Amino acid sequence: MMKNMQWRLGLIAVVIGLSIWSFYPPDEKVKLGLDLQGGVHLVLRVKTDDALRVETETTVERLRDALTRAGVVYTRVEATGATEFRVEGLQDDAAFRAQSADAETVYDRSSEAGGYTYRIKPNIANQLRTETVTQALETIERRVNELGVAEPIVARYGAQDRILVQLPGVSDVRRAKEIIRSTALLELRLVEQGPFPTREAALQAFNNVLPADSEILPGRTEGTGTAGTAGTVYYVVKKVAAVKGNDLRNAQQSLDEFNRPAVAFTLKQDAAVRFGDFTQANLGRGLGIILDERVMSVATIQGRITDNGQITGISREEMLDQVITLKSGALPASMDYLEERTVGPSLGQDSIRAGVTASLAGLGLVVLFMLVFYKLTGVNAVVSIVVNLLILLGLMAFIPVTMTLPGVAGFILTIGMGVDSNVLIFERIKEELATARGVRAAVNAGFDRVWWTIVDTHVSSLIAALLLLQFGTGPIRGFAVTLIIGLLSNVFTAVFVSRTIFELVLSRRQHAQALSI
Amino acid sequence: MRIFTNANYDFIRWRWHAIILSTLVVGAGVALLMTRGLPLGIDFSGGTSLVVEFSQETSLDRVRSAVASLPGEEVIQQFGDPSERRVLIRLPQVEGAEEGAGLEQGAIQVEQALRSAGLPAFEIANREIVGPVIGADLQRRGIYATLTSLLAITIYIGIRFRFSFAVGAIAATLHDVFVTLAFLMFFGYDISLNVVAAILTITGYSVNDTIVIFDRVRENLRSKRKEGLEHVVNLSVNQTLGRTVITAGTTFLSVMALYLYGGEALEGFAFTMLVGVASGTYSTVFIASAIAIILSGQKRRGDRAAASPTEAPARQGRKQGRARAS
Repeated sequence: MMKNMQWRLGLIAVVIGLSIWSFYPPDEKVKLGLDLQGGVHLVLRVKTDDALRVETETTVERLRDALTRAGVVYTRVEATGATEFRVEGLQDDAAFRAQSADAETVYDRSSEAGGYTYRIKPNIANQLRTETVTQALETIERRVNELGVAEPIVARYGAQDRILVQLPGVSDVRRAKEIIRSTALLELRLVEQGPFPTREAALQAFNNVLPADSEILPGRTEGTGTAGTAGTVYYVVKKVAAVKGNDLRNAQQSLDEFNRPAVAFTLKQDAAVRFGDFTQANLGRGLGIILDERVMSVATIQGRITDNGQITGISREEMLDQVITLKSGALPASMDYLEERTVGPSLGQDSIRAGVTASLAGLGLVVLFMLVFYKLTGVNAVVSIVVNLLILLGLMAFIPVTMTLPGVAGFILTIGMGVDSNVLIFERIKEELATARGVRAAVNAGFDRVWWTIVDTHVSSLIAALLLLQFGTGPIRGFAVTLIIGLLSNVFTAVFVSRTIFELVLSRRQHAQALSI
Repeated sequence: MRIFTNANYDFIRWRWHAIILSTLVVGAGVALLMTRGLPLGIDFSGGTSLVVEFSQETSLDRVRSAVASLPGEEVIQQFGDPSERRVLIRLPQVEGAEEGAGLEQGAIQVEQALRSAGLPAFEIANREIVGPVIGADLQRRGIYATLTSLLAITIYIGIRFRFSFAVGAIAATLHDVFVTLAFLMFFGYDISLNVVAAILTITGYSVNDTIVIFDRVRENLRSKRKEGLEHVVNLSVNQTLGRTVITAGTTFLSVMALYLYGGEALEGFAFTMLVGVASGTYSTVFIASAIAIILSGQKRRGDRAAASPTEAPARQGRKQGRARAS
């Protein structure tokens, strides 16, 4: 009996010790959620169609080239959507099929209305989408790290194409959002004509018919300096880029010849060779530096340029942000924001204070209530509540579970609802005492008879809590996890710890006739 | 201290009164629901909510007139204690400008309107913007979680007890969910994520309460089955009455602390829990067992012959029942 007792007390002491060690000191060990700490929570959707469109356009371009080289006659090879393209007007089907074999590894061909329609294979489309999201995820991670945020979270979120970004303690949300979202696709393209004051004027210069290989892009007026959006002008530029984002080797802060902020970039080896030939062939023509479909600056090609260039005419802030985004690489697709939640640090502080006050008030009220109702036995319940809370905090720090505002609510509920098991047992002991079988027998019967009730109530609460966990996002998950841990540790404290205390008290009074309950 | 010493209230006699009362409350809630629709918060409907913290005292009316010209219907409320000078501004989903850059359009317009209205300097303490995609997604998941949780609990009780008990427990739980929703509507609370979390917690709590009584019924049926289910249920309700009231008391106290001191952000959650705990306790005593008895097809108390074999409790009871029937 006594040996058994020592073993039990030892276990309880170890559990308490481990719990306290795990969460002490709490300001360092217990992780706070964004709603308590302040920061921004963002959900983005990657437009994976963008990546498929690029794939389809590249395939179309390659097929056209191949057909032209092989002398196969066609009237139309054109993308008709992000995932499909049409081929029409073929005269020699066999010759065409010889050239289209490459495309058919990725696209399914079907004969429709006097031509072929190619649709991307579903499994390949899926794979491309997944790759795109993964790439976007990695790019965002690099950018967030460049931002210098402590403990950011960048993760997939729910549906396949969604990404969650959590930035604790970030106050300049607008800048963070811009940096995360900017595609940062840098291109160097030939400028046909421009600048024009309006899009219409640009069109008129070509008698309203743009050449098929050109397009109109907005740009900024050179000379307006750092005024930013002061004047938008339009350029007619080639569609095909001489240099693309993935040819970029590095980007860094720099100054232009007038000592204004600029971003200097260098190209990879193979791109540099290509770019050298390209500039040689286009001496005297305008070269546009285009960032995210916007002409940043235009320079006349004076001589052969190989591996470096400069983006000029930008403000200091733009320079800093562009260095971050260019260094981290271009995003494979554009993105949308679906959700944004920003909590200022002062509100978070107030919430922490309110949470602590409410927890202490709840604990105080429940303790008082139990002592009034159960007298000395109430102390037993109080011990089991306190041990329960210690284990809860310990496990939350150990796992670790982020403490959120709803998590605080779960904490307080654990105080109020966790006591239920104690109440069940105590009420049963009272009933058994009324049948006058002696204190020890009453205590034993109380614990034994109520055991299955406790199992049933805990299982049904766990079912609700687990579904909450499955349903919930961020903060609600914190609540669900708190409830679940609280429920599990409650079985230990209300049954094992409480019973040990009872037996410890009764072992000192071998023939106890009364119980303060 | 002992409360309800040898309590012997005839709860079962009041079952029809209780059912009528509950039907009225739930009916009023449903009527309100039909006419006004469920007051979904921005978590589910999508939209923008801003908490603006002013550096100096200002009036809600001045804030209201500052943003009055913006499209849609804005809600302007004091947020927390007036001394904190925080004002909550909520905007509906902006039509057309759904996602992407358009998502924060509403928030930006409000900030500009406040700035140009000559109000004291301010900071944005909290900004929540939920796009329609996320909102619809959460709605679906919220409904799914609530229904699955009810179903799973029904199955568990069905296995551990018997089907008519499971129906009784679920009826009581649904009752609590509807009563809680009705009160949320009466008092003008929006259904936010936190409120749904509270409702799911209430389902767990309410079933808990019911299980305690049903467990006792099962135990009593082993020794007192001749006295008829109705009597045994009433006895069990009385025997567990102390526990029911004390647990409701401690839960209520802790939730009350949350309601009073937990801050503005958890107020909806705490209010839902307060109503749910009260309703859960009432429904456990009056609704769950009444329905279990009605579904078991028992006649009035004293009609001992009515204890037919199929009404026997689960497990040991069921085995005995089968043995007798064969």
